[in-house]
Amino acid sequence: MDVLIGQLFTGLSLGSILLLAALGLSLTFGQMGVINMAHGEFIMAGCYTTYVVQKVFSSAGVSLMVSLLIGFLVGGLLGAALEMGLIRWMYDRPLDTLLVTFGVGLVLQQLARDIFGAPAKNVLVPEWLGGGITIMGAVVPKTRIFILVLAVVAVTTLATVLKATPLGRRIRAVVQNRGLAETSGVSSRVTDISTFFIGSGLAGVAGVALTLIGSTSPTIGQSYLIDAFLVVVIGGLGQIKGTVIAAFALGLLNSYIEYSTTASIAKVIVFVIIVIFLQVRPQGLFTVRTRSLA
Amino acid sequence: MTTLVQRWRAHSSLTTLGGFAVAAILLFAVAPAMLSDFRLNLLAKFLCFAIVAAGIGLAWGRGGMLTLGQGVFFGIGAYIMAMHLQMADAARLHNDVPEFMEIAGIRELPSFWQPFASGPVALIGILVLPALVAAALGYGVFKRRVKGTYFAILSQALAAALAILLTGQQKIGGFTGLSDFRAFFGFKLSDPTNRQMLFFIAAGTLLVVVALVRQLMRSRYGELLVAVRDQEERVRFLGYDPANVKIVAYVVAAFFAGIAGALFTPIVGIISPADIGVVPSIAFIIGVAIGGRTTLLGPVLGAIGVAWAQTALSEEFPSSWTYLQGVLFIVVVGFIPAGLAGVWPMLKGALDSRFRRTAPTSPAAPALVAASTELPTSTTQEKVKSC
Repeated sequence: MDVLIGQLFTGLSLGSILLLAALGLSLTFGQMGVINMAHGEFIMAGCYTTYVVQKVFSSAGVSLMVSLLIGFLVGGLLGAALEMGLIRWMYDRPLDTLLVTFGVGLVLQQLARDIFGAPAKNVLVPEWLGGGITIMGAVVPKTRIFILVLAVVAVTTLATVLKATPLGRRIRAVVQNRGLAETSGVSSRVTDISTFFIGSGLAGVAGVALTLIGSTSPTIGQSYLIDAFLVVVIGGLGQIKGTVIAAFALGLLNSYIEYSTTASIAKVIVFVIIVIFLQVRPQGLFTVRTRSLA
Repeated sequence: MTTLVQRWRAHSSLTTLGGFAVAAILLFAVAPAMLSDFRLNLLAKFLCFAIVAAGIGLAWGRGGMLTLGQGVFFGIGAYIMAMHLQMADAARLHNDVPEFMEIAGIRELPSFWQPFASGPVALIGILVLPALVAAALGYGVFKRRVKGTYFAILSQALAAALAILLTGQQKIGGFTGLSDFRAFFGFKLSDPTNRQMLFFIAAGTLLVVVALVRQLMRSRYGELLVAVRDQEERVRFLGYDPANVKIVAYVVAAFFAGIAGALFTPIVGIISPADIGVVPSIAFIIGVAIGGRTTLLGPVLGAIGVAWAQTALSEEFPSSWTYLQGVLFIVVVGFIPAGLAGVWPMLKGALDSRFRRTAPTSPAAPALVAASTELPTSTTQEKVKSC
């Protein structure tokens, strides 16, 4: 029984990490149908931000909180720059955008390698996040619970922003019908940049969170990116609801299959399940109803 | 797209024969005479990449399917060949299991190795398995009308899954992969003459592959493939099933990649998950994009050129290649979607329209339209503007 509970928390924890990594990706994908392959490198930027911030602050706790804020800004600025510099020129070519942003990712990776060096860097975990809590017989590290809470906070904040603020209204309008939104006086340029800022900022936050559970290397983003993509594919276009369900479903699925087989076989089985799932729902769990024919 | 087809038809078969003759002379006479054994072996490796690229050119350039997972099929071919070579070596030394297994303490040959002990079975596996996997995935994906970025991500995830699977399997070499092959179907690999023979096999395979792709592109099927890429719904309304058209192109591309992988193993002498994962799979794309994805020879020459540039640059400046690769992706895919093959027609088209005032039916138009696979509704002229 406690094994099942233990796997449950492993799955929830993996799910919350996937959720943080995929949330921003799903937002930017939903906005313009553009897949940002540099998203993983934005996550990496968040990791290194934490590393740099910790050099400044002596208290690991303060530095973590400051990192969350600065990580969001760093990721957001990178995303906004990418949108303004490249993606805006190729709205109607999603596949090409995918490759172009992959190129950006390569450059950022090498940049990180040249600045911080190839070996992995470690970040100190604050004392109050050390150790674990025993829940129903299973020991859960506090860092994992923190990440779960962080994911919940990120989702609720994003949902509130999308639902209750003027910016959120504009973002939803552009996602649903770009042309009509523009006719109604919404500047799709400003909205696109804002969306990219928020989405990429979330990648930065995900990066900060990742430093709590592992070390940082230039390729760290890549290892989470594909899983984040799969979450977006399963969840459907730009829907928070779908992303949340998909992230936790994948996390739990992975942890339970991994328990009965091995990590590498679990990956393959999960992939097969995803392809089978797409037979039933080719457009993912939820899709935004739009009036466009695409 | 008629202009493109017409352009193809305009090539007389005499020119094509001439082209093949020149290529054959270059590959079979000039290259062996001019290059050292080491360089020739390197070129043989590039030819393997070119075989993969020819398939990608068909699936992506002609079919609009961005396949980011050709490493999977390359890997299946490569690993089957590696397993066969390992077992052949072991049999010659009268060992029960390949050397690396003995070191790892595995005494019994795992059951999935056994079939590939026989050469013919291994060859059939190389030809059939990649195609089967591609057919299964293609069927699952295209029949349900999953396309565009969703397909790209799925094909990429497949590459990730296979690389992770292989890394975790000690019985197939794990992280380090399989290496130290002594012979290739009875021919000693340490002998330079035999290595030259491998180069000739790779060169011959490439020529056959190019001829096959050319034939496919010129056939009715080739026209249908372009039609599906540009106006999938219309093709459906005409009574064809676009899914079948796409599956064929995807399977053919996988078939070529599998053969290329099988040649790669004895030529390079090592195959590991690092050769077939996500990054190498996407790297296959760059040569195709630079050469010109919609053309016949663009992907082939692009792949060879990029592989050569990578080797030359990495020798001099180890870290610069990653930057250059990134910048190439950004510049070529973003701003010269037709690739190098499209630069001359683009210039020529610009000159033509300036001096002769012809409408944009210039040769640049198809290449540029072809480059943007996702927006079939916009007109040619809009396309030219957006580039």
